[in-house]
Amino acid sequence: MTVAVSLLPEQQLAVLNAAYRKAVARKRLRLLAGLVVFVAALIVVSIGAEVNLRTLFTYFGHFVSYFDRIFTLDSGQRVWINFGEWFWGWHKWLRLLGETLLISYVGTLIGAVLAFGLNFFAAENTSPATWLRFTVRRLLEFARTVPGIVFALIFVIAFGLGPMAGVLAIAIHSTGALGKLFSEIVENADMKPVEGIRSTGASWISCMRFAILPQVSAGYASYALLRFEINVREASVMGFVGAGGIGQELIVAIRKFYYSDVSAILVTIIVTVFLIDITTGWVRGRLFGKEARK
Amino acid sequence: MSKPQDVNTAELRARYPDVFDRPTSSRLATPMVLAAALAIFLFGLVDLDFSPSRFISGLSQLGWISMMMIPPDPGSSLPLYLRALGETLSIALLGTTLAALMALPVSLLAARNVVPSIFLRFPVRRFLDSIRGVDTLIWALVWINVVGLGPFAGVLAIAVSDFGAFGKLFSEAIESADQKQVEGIRASGGSALHEIRFGLMPQVLPVIAGQVLYFIESNTRSATIIGIVGAGGIGLQLAEQIRVLEWQRVSFLILMILVAVAAIDFISGKLRFAIIGRRAVA
Repeated sequence: MTVAVSLLPEQQLAVLNAAYRKAVARKRLRLLAGLVVFVAALIVVSIGAEVNLRTLFTYFGHFVSYFDRIFTLDSGQRVWINFGEWFWGWHKWLRLLGETLLISYVGTLIGAVLAFGLNFFAAENTSPATWLRFTVRRLLEFARTVPGIVFALIFVIAFGLGPMAGVLAIAIHSTGALGKLFSEIVENADMKPVEGIRSTGASWISCMRFAILPQVSAGYASYALLRFEINVREASVMGFVGAGGIGQELIVAIRKFYYSDVSAILVTIIVTVFLIDITTGWVRGRLFGKEARK
Repeated sequence: MSKPQDVNTAELRARYPDVFDRPTSSRLATPMVLAAALAIFLFGLVDLDFSPSRFISGLSQLGWISMMMIPPDPGSSLPLYLRALGETLSIALLGTTLAALMALPVSLLAARNVVPSIFLRFPVRRFLDSIRGVDTLIWALVWINVVGLGPFAGVLAIAVSDFGAFGKLFSEAIESADQKQVEGIRASGGSALHEIRFGLMPQVLPVIAGQVLYFIESNTRSATIIGIVGAGGIGLQLAEQIRVLEWQRVSFLILMILVAVAAIDFISGKLRFAIIGRRAVA
């Protein structure tokens, strides 16, 4: 078979080619300009952050040797040779880990309940008044943007050292984060059931209870579980500022150079986070069915 | 169409048994789960030393503290705080960039459509998960031991902990890429590297750019706190002022953080729209 592609006359082709080249060149120029700006910003900030590549390369050896040290017992053996010696404090660590889990559980639950109470006021389609929506949204934004550990620092001074400060800090941060997510689910909800219920003369509360809640409750549970997962990680560092949990033990081990303890506690935390990830993933799968599971 | 009075309850009952006669186990499931959740909650309150009197006295303390925070006042150290804020922004930008650069090659190894062998993928994924399982603050502490106090430790902490997150996100983006373009390149005789460069990367890069920008934004938040353990930036100032109970300065610093985060949110939102279009930003 002969070639079926019809060739354009030279002149027409030249015009089209020129237009194509111009378009490509413009795209490349824009990319190049973006890259130049980005690299320039990087150079400026590296000066700001006191970075130089020499330190990075000198210290990279230290980084490797740090891991070498935390995986070595006092006797000079590798940690995994002698598990009993490595996890000598497992009894205390497990108790503290349980405290960490409890802190994140109680904090997440308080946060979820508060967020549940506030989210209908923050959502565009269900809020009874604009000023109320504005206020609640700014409140949630504040609770979410101020990092949890800053709240913990302040609460440790107000409520005294101990897990209570950690719980409250996590609760506030979760309220902010979950309130936003919850209200976004509500904004995506179908409004026809609300109209149906309002047409029967029901109050605002009944509308929320019977029209919105059945549509959104599974989404709420899923987000709350996800938050719990994140909060376990956050609660593991609450001890750094004296707000309870395993972090307290970890910061002591790191500051006092108890090398093998550092690795033992880190391994405990990582394993716990894995287990929580897997469990909440499984529960989310049960809630939503298979296709929602990532 | 039947009128309401024609509805025969008995007939409906017979037709939809699962609505009218749910098995006891499924009726009890929700209340049981709620009761268990409540029981653990109450146990937690007791175990974590919650007492109403302590709560109330703490609240009144908190009231005093907030009264003392007004009005926010930087005192004479405004230039110092501005420099600290600049340091925080530098830490976030540099740390995120480093993390993204390191994560891109590794995420290819963790993607199912690039590396079909599960034996290679599994360890890479677990490695990324372990890095992610450790909080940024813990990484900051480790890096302080390695490179000493200061913002450089902060940069490395953000870089490492985001490396774990990026590795996962990037590999998911790569897995959801369209395979047809890769097959086209394979059909025309391209090597594995050609497939990645011309088949995958053009689809994946905009998604990745959006995620990197989003992380720069969220890392501004993380970078504000790593100073609490001594890794530079505005967190260092904040922790110091809280410890010496200079509440007016504390509230000023918190306001500075809020404004900075809002500004970064705004800028990176605009940039993300410019890169991947309004639709793709969920």
